[in-house]
Amino acid sequence: MLDYETLKIIWWLLVGVLLLGFAVMDGHDMGVGTLLPFVGKDDVERRIVINTVGPHWDGNQVWFITAGGAIFAAWPLVYATAFSGFYWALLAVLWALFFRPVGFDYRSKVADPRWRSAWDWGLFVGGAVPSLIFGVAFGNLLQGVPFHFEDNLMPVYTGTFWALLNPFALLAGVVSLAMLVFHGANYLMVRTEGAVYQRAKLASLIFGVVMLAAFAGAGVWVSQGIDGYVITSAVDPGALPNPLDKTVELKAGAWMANFAAMPLLWLVPGAGFLGGIAGLLFARMDKPVLAFIGSAVAELGVIGTAGVAMFPFVMPSSSDPRSSLTAWDSVSSHLTLDIMFWAALIFTPIVISYTGWAYRKMAGKVTPAFIQANDHSAY
Amino acid sequence: MVTEEVVDLSRLQFAATAFYHFLFVPLTLGLSFLLAIMETTYVMTGKEIYRDMTQFWGKLFGINFALGVTTGITMEFQFGTNWAYYSHYVGDIFGAPLAIEGLMAFFLESTFIGLFFFGWNKLSKREHLVITYLTAIGSNLSAVWILIANGWMQNPVGAEFSWVTMRMEMTSFWDLLFNPAAQAKFVHTVSAGYVTGSLFVLGVSSWYLLKGRDLEFAKRSFRIAAAFGFASALSVIVLGDESGYAVTEHQHTKLAAMEGMWETEAAPASFTLFAIPDDATRSNRMEIKVPYALGLIATRSTDTVLPGINDLEKHAAQRIARGALAVVALEKLRAKTADEATRLLFETHKADLGYGLLLKKYTPDVSQATPEMIAKAARDSIPAVAPMFWTFRIMVALGFLFLALFGLSFWFSAKNTFMEKRWLLKWAVWFIPMPWIACEMGWFVAEYGRQPWTIYGVLPTHLSTSTLSPESLYGSIAGFMFFYTGLLIVELFLMFKYARLGPSSLGVGRYHFETSTRPAHA
Repeated sequence: MLDYETLKIIWWLLVGVLLLGFAVMDGHDMGVGTLLPFVGKDDVERRIVINTVGPHWDGNQVWFITAGGAIFAAWPLVYATAFSGFYWALLAVLWALFFRPVGFDYRSKVADPRWRSAWDWGLFVGGAVPSLIFGVAFGNLLQGVPFHFEDNLMPVYTGTFWALLNPFALLAGVVSLAMLVFHGANYLMVRTEGAVYQRAKLASLIFGVVMLAAFAGAGVWVSQGIDGYVITSAVDPGALPNPLDKTVELKAGAWMANFAAMPLLWLVPGAGFLGGIAGLLFARMDKPVLAFIGSAVAELGVIGTAGVAMFPFVMPSSSDPRSSLTAWDSVSSHLTLDIMFWAALIFTPIVISYTGWAYRKMAGKVTPAFIQANDHSAY
Repeated sequence: MVTEEVVDLSRLQFAATAFYHFLFVPLTLGLSFLLAIMETTYVMTGKEIYRDMTQFWGKLFGINFALGVTTGITMEFQFGTNWAYYSHYVGDIFGAPLAIEGLMAFFLESTFIGLFFFGWNKLSKREHLVITYLTAIGSNLSAVWILIANGWMQNPVGAEFSWVTMRMEMTSFWDLLFNPAAQAKFVHTVSAGYVTGSLFVLGVSSWYLLKGRDLEFAKRSFRIAAAFGFASALSVIVLGDESGYAVTEHQHTKLAAMEGMWETEAAPASFTLFAIPDDATRSNRMEIKVPYALGLIATRSTDTVLPGINDLEKHAAQRIARGALAVVALEKLRAKTADEATRLLFETHKADLGYGLLLKKYTPDVSQATPEMIAKAARDSIPAVAPMFWTFRIMVALGFLFLALFGLSFWFSAKNTFMEKRWLLKWAVWFIPMPWIACEMGWFVAEYGRQPWTIYGVLPTHLSTSTLSPESLYGSIAGFMFFYTGLLIVELFLMFKYARLGPSSLGVGRYHFETSTRPAHA
């Protein structure tokens, strides 16, 4: 069995991997859903757009489900505190996601244009709302969230839903929405041609730029205007987890401390910018596969930047800093982390390989001829 | 402090969303294997009609599956949103099977379901068949992990409380995995799914036969459903009995409540066929009893005594009194004011800690608990009898009716005379909704029967929720009702539309609405 401290770090990385997997895989579906009403002007075009992700969205959505399950198993205090605290935000995500399975599967089963148009907008909501809210959530984590623990470790959230929608959090929401739409647009370019391709290309260029600008803006804001958190008591990463056993202080510039201590970490935000710029250039040069890889690297950089800036904090508390949740003290037991590590180590590569196989089997452009030939079975 | 109103509303929301989710799960479990059987026949015989069957029933499968996925998303996150203390207290154990379910099963099912629908022209026959099997295996593996998690709520093995982290922690993954409660539940639940899937195909096919439509298609579907359904109906009863046997070992309170057994009887106890249980007077009216039957079924012996409700309550009262000592000691340990004697006291009574926590419903300071409070808490430890008694009997009665229906269907399909038995076909059509009722009754018995605990004997329900306001819960319940009602209407509309259209919806030009004068569009 690996030692406890190592496992805690591995699980911090693994949660990052799951979030990245979610952004790369489900993210492009949600980007495609967000773009659907705009890049598809008539029914055939919209069916083309939907069928680019038709065989895959369901498997991709499991990244979201599994990330939820893994956080439950590895960071139960985070699962309990964040999801109950962000109650209405998470319900908004879940309810928006409701439109996806039914939107995909039911839309083309009835010919009425009003029915189809309603589900198209449903798919838009199912793509745009979660993309925005995930960013808003990260924006709030970076600022700290008002919550504390009672003596029995019952988490109590003392903020409101509306307080989550503050300017910095909304900017973070723009980063995440633009990033996933950029990524989705690049995917659409891979799988379509003609007018849809041209509109997807335009979307890629617009949202790529928006993402880069918003990411840069958020970076400046964090370095200049947002106080980070530091643990001021002695840290024993191998200790039994008890979030109340430490003291924490708010400190200006603390979120930059990790970068200052380890300059190599600048590569992470660097990946966000370089991936984004490369994605933009490749989209412009009509190299959609490379553009898609570029936007995936940008996602790695953007998500990684938020994680690295806060490490070891996961969910700092603004109202009772010592209740802050960190990668050291919000984790499961040594045994559970170990078992889950092996489960992730075995199954994640298997999942990635059969997902890759599925994409290869379904590869190729989705064309009007394909929709016509599969009128009764396609989405 | 969490109010009783919040606890009740949280339970209502969880029960409603879980029951709703399980409207779609059993058909997925059952139909996925029926699709695999149909497609296997297609690949072996090369007859196109079996491919049409796979695709048509697959279409109905898809309509159902979409809502299964939709409502499943809620379940994965609702522990965190509404049961935050539960999530903290047992996440170390309970979270693991949920996460592994995602990694091992749900990915498999969801990745290949897409290829099932879209891969007919892009995969070879054999590849597609493998995909169909992997989808079915994925959905059933999903059930394994979910029921391991649920089994642990019923019978929390392989875990121990740690006062430092203030939660239950896993001590043995293997105990969790091979929990007898989970094993029995799994086979019983998936068999119930197979019955549901079979009865769905049997009933819809019978409707075509009654209408005289698409006869070859319907006859073949009927035969497959009759055979698979007969085996499943047998298994659901046999393994239901196994599940009941597991109940008796771990949860005497559940058994006593579902049997309306107020007093301990001399072994082997009699089985109450009919009664009107009255929680107020703590007795049954109009009892009809079968001597010895319960003792023999439940304990598989003639001399094991099954405790009645009154004795179970006395036993609980003793454990609550000891548990109160553990709670008080724990609070001192947490406040770092405990001496060595307190620590020892805690270790001695740790096993009863959960029972002590039952008192928290009546007093925040358990050291001040009065004998009346202990008596009340002991009374809480038994779920209400009448609802348990009746839901269990409805489920069992339906189970035997399924066996009869499938037995006769299988018999007449072997004799090839089922097409003329209109009474049988009508029975099958009218019985389509029944497996859903039986499944929901079964879950009611299992989960309501677990009360007052979320984790049996470990964590009381009233301590398990999040610190939400009642307004938040009214709001979210209203939202779920709004979305789920709308989605159900849409789902049923499409299900009826496509079931009525039948295989004509495939657009292959060989079926009823395509060969008759009226053109149809799907």
